Amino acid sequence: MPRKVAYKTQIEHLSILDENGKLDSKLGKDLLSDEQVQQSYEHMTICRQYDEVAFKLQRSGRMGTFPQNKGQEAAAIGSALAARKGQDWLVSAYRENAALFMHGLPMHYVLNYWMGDERGSKIPEGVKITPLSVPIGTHMLHAVGIAWAAKIRKEDSVALTYFGDGATSEGDFHEAANFAGVLGVPCIFICQNNSWAISVPREKQTASETFAQKALGYGIPTIQVDGNDLFAMYLATKEAHDRARKGEGPSFIEAVTYRLADHTTADDASRYRDSAELDAWKAKDPLIRLRKYLENKDLWSDEQQEALEAKAKAIVQEVVKTAEEMPKPDVDDIFDYTFEELPESIRVQRDTMRTTSLGQNPEQAGLNARMAH
Amino acid sequence: MAELNLVQAINLALAQEMERDDRVMVLGEDVGLNGGVFRVTDGLQKRFGEDRVVDTPLAESGILGTSIGLAINGMRPVPEIQFEGFLGPAYDQIVHHAGRMRTRTRGAVTVPLTVRVPVGGGIHAPELHSDSPEAIYSHHVGLKVVMPSTPYDAKGLLLAAIRDPDPVMFFEPKRVYRSYKEQVPEDDYTVEIGKAKIVSEGDDVTVITWGATVFQALAALDELPEDVSVELIDMRTIYPMDEDTIVESVMKTGRCVIAHEAPRTAGMGAEIATILQEKCFLHLEAPVQRVTGFDTVMPYYKLENHYLPEAPRIKEAIEQVLAY
Repeated sequence: MPRKVAYKTQIEHLSILDENGKLDSKLGKDLLSDEQVQQSYEHMTICRQYDEVAFKLQRSGRMGTFPQNKGQEAAAIGSALAARKGQDWLVSAYRENAALFMHGLPMHYVLNYWMGDERGSKIPEGVKITPLSVPIGTHMLHAVGIAWAAKIRKEDSVALTYFGDGATSEGDFHEAANFAGVLGVPCIFICQNNSWAISVPREKQTASETFAQKALGYGIPTIQVDGNDLFAMYLATKEAHDRARKGEGPSFIEAVTYRLADHTTADDASRYRDSAELDAWKAKDPLIRLRKYLENKDLWSDEQQEALEAKAKAIVQEVVKTAEEMPKPDVDDIFDYTFEELPESIRVQRDTMRTTSLGQNPEQAGLNARMAH
Repeated sequence: MAELNLVQAINLALAQEMERDDRVMVLGEDVGLNGGVFRVTDGLQKRFGEDRVVDTPLAESGILGTSIGLAINGMRPVPEIQFEGFLGPAYDQIVHHAGRMRTRTRGAVTVPLTVRVPVGGGIHAPELHSDSPEAIYSHHVGLKVVMPSTPYDAKGLLLAAIRDPDPVMFFEPKRVYRSYKEQVPEDDYTVEIGKAKIVSEGDDVTVITWGATVFQALAALDELPEDVSVELIDMRTIYPMDEDTIVESVMKTGRCVIAHEAPRTAGMGAEIATILQEKCFLHLEAPVQRVTGFDTVMPYYKLENHYLPEAPRIKEAIEQVLAY
């Protein structure tokens, strides 16, 4: 036979909680406790409020550019819920604040970062995350390296890395997936397919039918998940996590979700995005879906909702206060972290910046001679 | 103590450091079974196993990006990039992550890695196998840039680089790899990063250089009249630069020639000349002279010796500053 099929597969799509808040009884059985769901809903609501307030802070000139996570909360939190806080690593881009907060990053840090203060990237001790990464797609390789080190050191830890659909066009995505597959490291790739990379739609990003199938090329188990479904994201990540811990290597999850806000506050999505599309996705909002689920189970009331909204406002208000009251960093901060020990030339720049606006070497022969006269 | 060439000295340093510290690992293309394209890592995989000397997929950004992750999570990776021309794909990782991670996180996340890269011309290599990128990586913040010229210094500097808490670009002048041997101790010793070496003391003119050009400068010195006294300085570390040694020397001699293989514009020669005019302007007896590669593509090997700062050009520059 001259031709035969060398490889054949299919991509599974996982969905557990539908848009009306109805749970697939088989897949969803005993997956998350009522308490876990309530806590997740609460966290998502607080993070949504955080996004709204951050947007206003930017618009009122109290903060620089900010990328909202609005609409993608289930993808971030459902996956982060399957990881162990302080033990597994979260290596994210810049949109997954909700996951980072869950794993111990103080909420005001992210505001500090976008307010132009590097202390917002200072990861507290014991928090296993990496700082926000602005270059697209580069951080996935760090996750693979972190997972690789964990494997070498026989450390029971898994690295989860988050990135958008646009990042899969970058070379580093392919290098990361290839390294992870070859090395068999405990790394979970979570592609947040939110339909848009700034103004470039998914169709112009790739000719591939799914993002999930990209992992097949690297020998990585892969699945497409309803990214607005907390349960499905949790289950897919849990399964990937189990595989990683059993030494079965990396996994790939395509979370099909939607960016309800602009790319960042510097963007205006109405220039390129159809309002009908946005409205259709608003109906799939992960928060609405989860609230319906809780209501269906008689676990939620209007009073609870009201109380939660008030709580979210109070928490975020406090976070903003903490961020804004942070004293301005010392000017030495520009210099002090370039190396563990400052080279003489940087030390001189630092010391002279304090005393002269030149920031130059005061021992310059010509200048000294002039100043002496 | 054995007489070793640069390749053997670096191999010895890697082996001894891997023996001493089990966090140290070597990774890159062909570094394992094949021992690297220049055989610098020869025998290491056999001795330390495939987990610590890793033949990676062919992907420079992948090698550097995973090395950053390895370093963040407790390892001491020593990635090899086969030739400096292949640093391009890894540039983003080196410059935007390795060099900035400490600053970005106020010291909470650090990247202690050493990137080994053969650099420079003079071995009749193909296109993109002969450049000198030290100025590029010195200009980017948070990176240390080291370029030894001798086996003794290479061993000591490499051990210092691997133990350094910050990322180090370790550039190996491939022209010297097998062309020069010297006694290299078996002992554990380091050569401090950021310290230049006075190769020969003199009073009339200071010649500042590094890498393979040190040997061209030595050859130029041999051609000079006996009464010309040259102070030859091998920078060894390109960044952070040992300003004290060069300033002190030029204050003494009043004249200076800087020689390097990289193109002239915005090369390290320009930086050194500026430091000298800032710090010892009134001591200069002649304009600082640069002998460098040209602002052109490094030519293919039939013309490479015309491009490189060979001994006759260095000699001529010395004569010019002396006659000024």
